[in-house]
Amino acid sequence: MSEVIWGLATSHVPSIGAAMDRDMTGDPVWSPLFEGYGPAREWLARNKPDVAILVYNDHANGVDMDIVPTFALGTAERYRVADEGFGRRPVPDVEGDPDFSFHLLRHLMDDGFDLTVFQELDVDHGFTVPLSVWTPEPGDAWPCPVVPIMVNVIQYPQPTAARCYALGQALGRAIAAYEGAGTVGILGTGGMSHQLAGARAGFINPEFDHMFLDAIEEDPEKLAALTREDFIREAGAEGIELIMWLVMRGAMNERVRRVHRAYHVPASNTAAGLALFDNRPEPSA
Amino acid sequence: MTRQHGLEPPGTYVFDGPTSRRGHRMNKLFMSLREEAARREFLADEAAYCARFALSGQQTEAVLRRDWQAMLDLGGSIFYIYKLAMMDGLSMQYLGGVFTGMTEAEFKAAMLAGGRTDV
Repeated sequence: MSEVIWGLATSHVPSIGAAMDRDMTGDPVWSPLFEGYGPAREWLARNKPDVAILVYNDHANGVDMDIVPTFALGTAERYRVADEGFGRRPVPDVEGDPDFSFHLLRHLMDDGFDLTVFQELDVDHGFTVPLSVWTPEPGDAWPCPVVPIMVNVIQYPQPTAARCYALGQALGRAIAAYEGAGTVGILGTGGMSHQLAGARAGFINPEFDHMFLDAIEEDPEKLAALTREDFIREAGAEGIELIMWLVMRGAMNERVRRVHRAYHVPASNTAAGLALFDNRPEPSA
Repeated sequence: MTRQHGLEPPGTYVFDGPTSRRGHRMNKLFMSLREEAARREFLADEAAYCARFALSGQQTEAVLRRDWQAMLDLGGSIFYIYKLAMMDGLSMQYLGGVFTGMTEAEFKAAMLAGGRTDV
């Protein structure tokens, strides 16, 4: 029996990683964002899981448009940090956990989720920026092995929010049935409101984002009922990434305890949000 | 091919299946630019590189002229188009300015002021 001990939802804007890699976190433009991360990072450093699952999307780095998996799972021993065209981020490659991956795959298949399998995958900023939000100075290795779950959020039709939430619930059951690990952290990434292209580029919707931050904690079913058109209209064309937070939330208990949350506009073109939840019935230090 | 979705807020590109079909070869070209050697080949003869990826005449012209708006209209995905912009040393804020009729500095200022909440 394994237990999800925490869930971390965070934006994955590339410039957040770039600001860290270039030592710009104290810059007046960036410091409010990173100050907002502080309490979450301190708590996470004290609550290291045995293994983590990171739900993310690729941005034309690990996969292209030849094959667009709706949901995919990595089963590799190691995931290389992708070269997105300007060199690899100076962060460690990601150690995987094939045993855990195969367990999750079988359980999810039996539970009705037919995932694509990646035996090789380079992970881009969608993956490494959330790891850096969690662990700003990893040294030679990230705190624990990490299993990637990739979601198509780029090409319409993306999976529904309801389906993402249901995948998370199935993931929660699969984790509970695993005897190889004790504690599991799960990360849902992307968002919050933003739009990169078109005359509405630069769109930000703080009202929607704050509603989302409240509901992801207390009423995820309400968010699972939103259509992809709702997301595109209310959170911008790229704000639909927020469906990935629902995979994380689905894997957690009905009631969770909020450890920390932060919201900052902008991280370049995006509203950056963070929400950290303790999934254990008894609060931890 | 018609649109697959029921809603497109004004000024918003929804990258649907038909759009992806239309832009597939161009997006593959952009993807290739992650590699240093490919960038060198592209810069040495951009038109020939476009021909190698079998871009349409309009797509080739959009790429050669760096007509970012036309690339979107011809099926480019913003994440792929961005590879070309990065190669040119341009930022996503620069592209945001192009799409909204602002300079890069104006677009950055709008974001720093809390983003465009009224569009």
